[in-house]
Amino acid sequence: MGMAIALLVIVAASVVFQFVSPWWTTPLASNWKQMDDTLTITLVITGIFFVGIVLFLAFTVFRYRHREGARAAYEPDNKKLEHWLIGVSTVGIVALLAPWLVVYADYVKPPRESMVLEVLGQQWQWRFRFPGVSGKMGASDPRFVTAANPYGLDPKDPASADNILVTGNEVHLPINKPVKVLLRSQDVLHDFYVPPFRARMNIVPGMVSSFWFTPTKAGRFESMCAQLCGMGHPNMRGYVVVEDEAAYLAWLKKQPTFAASFAAASAGPSDPAAAKGMALARSKGCVACHSIDGSLGAGPTWKGLYGKTETFADGSTAVVEDAYLKREIQEPKARIVKGFAPIMPTIEVNDDELAALTAYIKSAGETGQGAPVQTVQGSKR
Amino acid sequence: MSADPQFPRRTKSTLAYDDHGGHHEPNTFITKYVWSQDHKVIAVQYACTAILVGLVGVVLSNLMRLQIGFPGQFEFINAERYYQFVTMHGMIMVIYLLTALFLGGFGNYLIPLMVGARDMVFPYMNMLSFWVYLLSVFVLMASFFVPGGPTGAGWTLYPPQAILPGTPGHDWGIILMLVSLVIFIVATTMGGLNYVTTVLQARCEGMTLLRMPLSVWGIFVATILALLAFPALFVSGVMMLLDKTLGTSFFMPALVSMGQISGYRGGSPLLFQHLFWFFGHPEVYIVALPAFGIVSDLISVHARKAISATAPWCGPSSSSVS
Repeated sequence: MGMAIALLVIVAASVVFQFVSPWWTTPLASNWKQMDDTLTITLVITGIFFVGIVLFLAFTVFRYRHREGARAAYEPDNKKLEHWLIGVSTVGIVALLAPWLVVYADYVKPPRESMVLEVLGQQWQWRFRFPGVSGKMGASDPRFVTAANPYGLDPKDPASADNILVTGNEVHLPINKPVKVLLRSQDVLHDFYVPPFRARMNIVPGMVSSFWFTPTKAGRFESMCAQLCGMGHPNMRGYVVVEDEAAYLAWLKKQPTFAASFAAASAGPSDPAAAKGMALARSKGCVACHSIDGSLGAGPTWKGLYGKTETFADGSTAVVEDAYLKREIQEPKARIVKGFAPIMPTIEVNDDELAALTAYIKSAGETGQGAPVQTVQGSKR
Repeated sequence: MSADPQFPRRTKSTLAYDDHGGHHEPNTFITKYVWSQDHKVIAVQYACTAILVGLVGVVLSNLMRLQIGFPGQFEFINAERYYQFVTMHGMIMVIYLLTALFLGGFGNYLIPLMVGARDMVFPYMNMLSFWVYLLSVFVLMASFFVPGGPTGAGWTLYPPQAILPGTPGHDWGIILMLVSLVIFIVATTMGGLNYVTTVLQARCEGMTLLRMPLSVWGIFVATILALLAFPALFVSGVMMLLDKTLGTSFFMPALVSMGQISGYRGGSPLLFQHLFWFFGHPEVYIVALPAFGIVSDLISVHARKAISATAPWCGPSSSSVS
């Protein structure tokens, strides 16, 4: 009897909780209402089965409770009951699966008039690319990747020249216009996920995956990596800003083309010490986490770093100068700049190399050399 | 009992007795409890080892919860270690605890008792299965003590990140993990062949397949699934080991790692995902079906009510679903 009551309470509490619970999906900001609907269908079907099964259990526990002298009937087979059970569960499972298939078929079939946005996942930041006026995307391959060409675009492909590159982890999109998203990675698996859009897709290096959506609400939405991609995974966040067409076009105009940023970055620093520092930064792998163009990486960007006042995780501050850089390079885990993970490895450098790296970092900050001319600083909160 | 020499498969009980006549009573402590070929002793060895390694998994999950409950309070749980805890916890629980406990522990103990066989049909291989499993556990535990620590690639071990810098334990950790998995699969295969053969060949007179208890059905179907699924993990483990140690490119496309172009080209990370989930999906049923079977038997006994006779087809049908 007690057990039956407990089961009834579980059913009642679950149903009540479902309707009064404060936890529900974040408000939808795209056309994918269908995805929310499938989620609701799933909850309703599993809910009906849950309630039905637990109520049946409560009933049998009560009805067939132990009584003196009662004997169980031997009934090894009941074809009719089995056919019903198999039939009902089959219908339930089909109803759970089928809607998702329909929605997914839509999800990977973009409308003809969609604009194209390329998302490049990289350990541990986002980069974005739009086709330029020609409307064509230039070819890309990891073998083209250098510090001057982080997107790995083919410099010889005429289609690349007018492609618009967005560094800085924040991309803008016009409202109510379908977007076909192409996803690419040059290192490991990532997953581009913007929860309010309900849209996400795995990014597999070596291939281009794709989906589409139409942003339907203006605002600033956080995108995050939803596939474990190494130590900086939790820091791999970006923003999608949805705004009206005019504001979007004004923003787009300020983004550099590939041709412009490639030429500016290829020129490199004129100072020989800084040039040596640049070579070192590439060979030691510093550039994987520290950008020189202001884009957000797993580590602080070097653009404008020298002379800046950094705040540490414990709240203390320090001005970036030679001694600061020396300490940070030699003991990277001793103090951590606020907002970053303690993931920088200790890399052996001698005094000569240290001077070269310092000169390079200085050049990225003081003269703006080594950085594309027209870049937009990441995000303004 | 049929004595027709043309149909030796019919003489199940004879086979079981004959087999028993082949080996002698263990009479020293070592042969009785350590290098034992007795299915019950092996079952206890399997279960104890699985539970011990499971305790390591429990400790790891508590460490994860400490970090979630008190973020940043425990300095030794940094991002790197957290990922290592997640990975090792997942792998230990799914493979080294659940698979070993249900198949090696319950399977070994229950199958011969419940189908009326004197022992497993290959007792020596049964013993080897446990010791190879123990070896795989040692290799796994060793990864906690190597430079860089155990792998932190997530329990799916997806390449390219599992073997590239930027992931904890991308050198020794991942190599030991893959070697341990490969050894574990050898052990599971030896055990699995034993369970399937025993169920099919060594049942006593009158124990038809449809009269077998659901516990045995669950273990039997789970073992068949394991025999089909684990080889996919085996080959992907070997291929990733080759990618890591010899620089082959089975799963590695041309890529940039830490700002440098790697020597890999032309491999497919998606291939690993397919191979892994060819194992990963049935693995869910490998650990669930024995439990379903055991629960069904327990409910049936305590409700004093026979389970519907065609219910054993739930086993084969759920395997076809998976």
